[in-house]
Amino acid sequence: MCTYQTEQLSITGSGKGASGWFALSDATVYFDHPVHAMAEHTLNIDFLNPGRGPSARVAVELTAESARELAKAIEAALASVPAEMLG
Amino acid sequence: MTESLTAKTIRITGHAGDEIEAYLAVPDDGSSSRGSVVVIHHMPGYDSSTKEIVRKFAAHGYAALMPNLYYRDAPGASPDDAAAAARAKGGVPDERLVGDVSGAAEHLRGLPAANGKVGVIGYCSGGRQSFLAACSLQLDAAVDCYGACIVKAPPAGLPITLTPLVGMAGDLSCPLLGLFGADDKLPAPDETAELSNILDELGKPHEFHTYDGAGHAFFAVDRPAYRPEAANDGWQKIWDFYGQHLAG
Repeated sequence: MCTYQTEQLSITGSGKGASGWFALSDATVYFDHPVHAMAEHTLNIDFLNPGRGPSARVAVELTAESARELAKAIEAALASVPAEMLG
Repeated sequence: MTESLTAKTIRITGHAGDEIEAYLAVPDDGSSSRGSVVVIHHMPGYDSSTKEIVRKFAAHGYAALMPNLYYRDAPGASPDDAAAAARAKGGVPDERLVGDVSGAAEHLRGLPAANGKVGVIGYCSGGRQSFLAACSLQLDAAVDCYGACIVKAPPAGLPITLTPLVGMAGDLSCPLLGLFGADDKLPAPDETAELSNILDELGKPHEFHTYDGAGHAFFAVDRPAYRPEAANDGWQKIWDFYGQHLAG
């Protein structure tokens, strides 16, 4: 099935794509068919800068389990540093 | 079937007079009269696997043309980047889809040896769009491969608005072949059975097949969902169906 689901958010940071590093402004998150991963559905994240065109994209496709582990690891990494470092 | 064909990227006039990219494959079989097929790509876009399907139709004697539905969103981008850009913008509006398929059909009717008959086929989201095109345009045969959200609205909570199309079923302009997987959830077998009943009541010719042991995307040879038995039988159903309604 296609889920058509898409979560969108504004972000600040940088990503490295096919043409090198670029500033990121947006991200989309959705659980749907992957392009490359060998799974029927994956948790897909596109880190984007639409102002630099559609190819300014860093894409990942993760199994649901991997995505949950990643989310936990991100939270754990942020929780492990002093709050003043997080700006 | 012919081993010799020509395939290339061309420009066609799509919805609202926009120039868009499209992939054309034509058999080099010397035929003076052949049918045509508009191929609607799936959500992952105008990709190599769907271009392979376009060439497959040419190998079977049809002129086939696939409009790049994401061309406006990302001209010149790779198919996956274009699909991501289109998704971020909310997907392909139904009205634009119809205009692009209309432009593709018109281009096909103008090719040398075209017999004037044009079919449409779509996979996944393209299955729904194939039904939409067949209810909106004068076509000669339509194939819906596991298209969802024709009878039922999409599950709650999704940000993309997809209007069920079943209210348009009375305008279906041509016979419809539906190929579905029994294990699919969108569309689930109860949705396709309901569509079949509605088409029966309307007297619209259709032929639906639901394959046991297959789910969504069973035609996709490069995906884990590929089910060769269902796909091989499905292709034969397509050749028989188009042979009856488009060939010659």
